[in-house]
Amino acid sequence: MIIRILIRNAFRHKLRSILTITGIAIAILAYGLLHTVIDAWYAGVAASSANRLVTRNSISLVFRLPLSYREKIRSVDGVEIVSYGNWFGGYYRDEKDFFANFAVEPVSYLNLYPEYKIAEREKTSFLKNRKGCIAGKKLTERFGWEVGDSITLTGTIYPGKWEFVLSAVYKGKHKNVDETMFFFHWDYLNETLKKERPFSADNVGFYMIGIDKPENAASIAEAIDTTFKNSLAETLTETEKAFQLGFVAMSETILKAIQLVSFVIIVIILVVVANTMVMSVRERTAEYAVLKTIGFSGGHIAALIIGESMTITLIGGVFGILATYPAATVFSNAVGDYFPVFNITKGTILMDAAVTVIVGLSAGVVPAWGAMSIRIAEGLRRIG
Amino acid sequence: MNMNDSIVSIQNVTKTYKRGSEVIHVLENISLDIGQGEYLALMGPSGSGKSTLLNLIAGLDQADSGSIEVGGIDITALSESELARWRAGNVGFIFQFYNLIPVLTAYENVELPLILTSLSGHERKEHVYTALKVVNMEDRLRHYPSQLSGGQQQRVAIARAIVTDPTILVADEPTGDLDRASAENVLELMDRLNRDMGKTIIMVTHDPWAGNKAHNMRHLDKGVLSNDYQDSHS
Ligand SMILES: Nc1ncnc2c1ncn2[C@@H]1O[C@H](COP(=O)(O)OP(=O)(O)OP(=O)(O)O)[C@@H](O)[C@H]1O
Ligand SMILES: [Mg+2]
Repeated sequence: MIIRILIRNAFRHKLRSILTITGIAIAILAYGLLHTVIDAWYAGVAASSANRLVTRNSISLVFRLPLSYREKIRSVDGVEIVSYGNWFGGYYRDEKDFFANFAVEPVSYLNLYPEYKIAEREKTSFLKNRKGCIAGKKLTERFGWEVGDSITLTGTIYPGKWEFVLSAVYKGKHKNVDETMFFFHWDYLNETLKKERPFSADNVGFYMIGIDKPENAASIAEAIDTTFKNSLAETLTETEKAFQLGFVAMSETILKAIQLVSFVIIVIILVVVANTMVMSVRERTAEYAVLKTIGFSGGHIAALIIGESMTITLIGGVFGILATYPAATVFSNAVGDYFPVFNITKGTILMDAAVTVIVGLSAGVVPAWGAMSIRIAEGLRRIG
Repeated sequence: MNMNDSIVSIQNVTKTYKRGSEVIHVLENISLDIGQGEYLALMGPSGSGKSTLLNLIAGLDQADSGSIEVGGIDITALSESELARWRAGNVGFIFQFYNLIPVLTAYENVELPLILTSLSGHERKEHVYTALKVVNMEDRLRHYPSQLSGGQQQRVAIARAIVTDPTILVADEPTGDLDRASAENVLELMDRLNRDMGKTIIMVTHDPWAGNKAHNMRHLDKGVLSNDYQDSHS
């Protein structure tokens, strides 16, 4: 009966309830979307493996390291795989269509990144073809590439037209894997450089290192950097996660702002729901006084009011969460390929649910407290 | 009527309200006995303290001093939550403005006090039907208060008051908002509850015509109970 009353109370003023529910739904939607944006920003960090280190020039990413470091790094205790690559920075057709493209040492690179799923046949053909390249599934969909297509990239760091053949398409083993990357044989880049600009050949942008155990990461990184201390090109080695975080850190202020906005949204909706509840409860003062007169306790009254607040908020929350999925698709299409990974995580949905419950409870507490403490004789007096 | 067999016994009750620094003496040293099965009208001008006295008897408010015993229990000694439980079992309330819960049907409104009891669903149903039959509203079970006339709403409210079979029935201006015909109907019903079912009723009214329907009348003026105890009926 209590539940019957609270549900009927929740829809007593249909328009008011619908407006409040809509407000909650929009707030939860916005909250979920903002969180998804933050997650997308950190996708690279989330996808990083604790088993991998990145070594780069200690001065800056712009400076290279000699190819000869490869063997020295390999001889450090705990190092299992050494791969290397260069940021290529080429574009396809239009300079504005950004995507990540690298020259990498193919065999070690594919060993180091088992999260890329590639058909065995395509993999073999990629390894055999010096001009072969691999692209992520999302990238091929974006440009309409098929395996076997010739692709020409225009170099920015390495000027000229570069011809490739799409040998393979990779898919991510899990949702956090960026499917918009493009990589090709480092030798193809290096041999071309040897002919055209010999002074910049045999240089590596970064080494990617597979290690035996994550807990050894710090000591291995230190050992590598010590090896090249006082050499011409000193190194900086960090975990892949720290390396990725370095990119995100630049936009940390923006992320903070987004987080603040999402928090403000929740505070606003809390105030809105609390206001609705206070209004409704005030109108029903006499009714609550009657219930108390009949013998209902303060706890019953509080349950009625908080239950009503929860009912309204939960309905809004459910609509908000359901709307997040199509909204995320629309959003991700609208911002194009700025976020290679744009997924609504379970964490976001749990946050949505937690926020909904917190708003529902807190919005009900204040009016519930008021209604509990109203004295019956005075409550009844307000009638008429 | 045997006055020694009193169900309500009020001794030297005083009640004041404070409004800022001003102290309003609403009830001054009131003593009153109400017998089992009595039908008493509390009369008096507006502001004389009738509602205040009724609220004290019904355990809705606390007296400053004095004692109030109802059915042998000193209700001035009960805590707030004990009082709530006591009211649920011992007092039936009838208000001037009916005060039905608008989102509940007539049936549900009458059932409301029973959900605080340990009755089974089947017993509850029986009680509700019986109460609605007494007030002659058994054909309006599914109507919401807004679909009923004032007199009909008051009859449903009376059914709600008697459904728990309380020790006393208190009514504050039960006909105050009704036209003559509906008022007549309600008063007749209350008379029947008293005569046929032996209910003890305390009714506040400032309408002499309604007061005359009761079997006894007491006058309250400026917080003092006059001693004109009278039997207006045979
Ligand atoms: N909560 C309160 N605070 C201050 N004064 C109060 C309060 N409740 C009642 N009073 C005062 O106590 C006095 C008696 O009030 P009460 O409601 O008992 O009168 P009444 O006899 O029922 O009047 P009416 O016939 O108009 O209903 C009035 O002067 C009223 O203003
Ligand atoms: Mg009054």
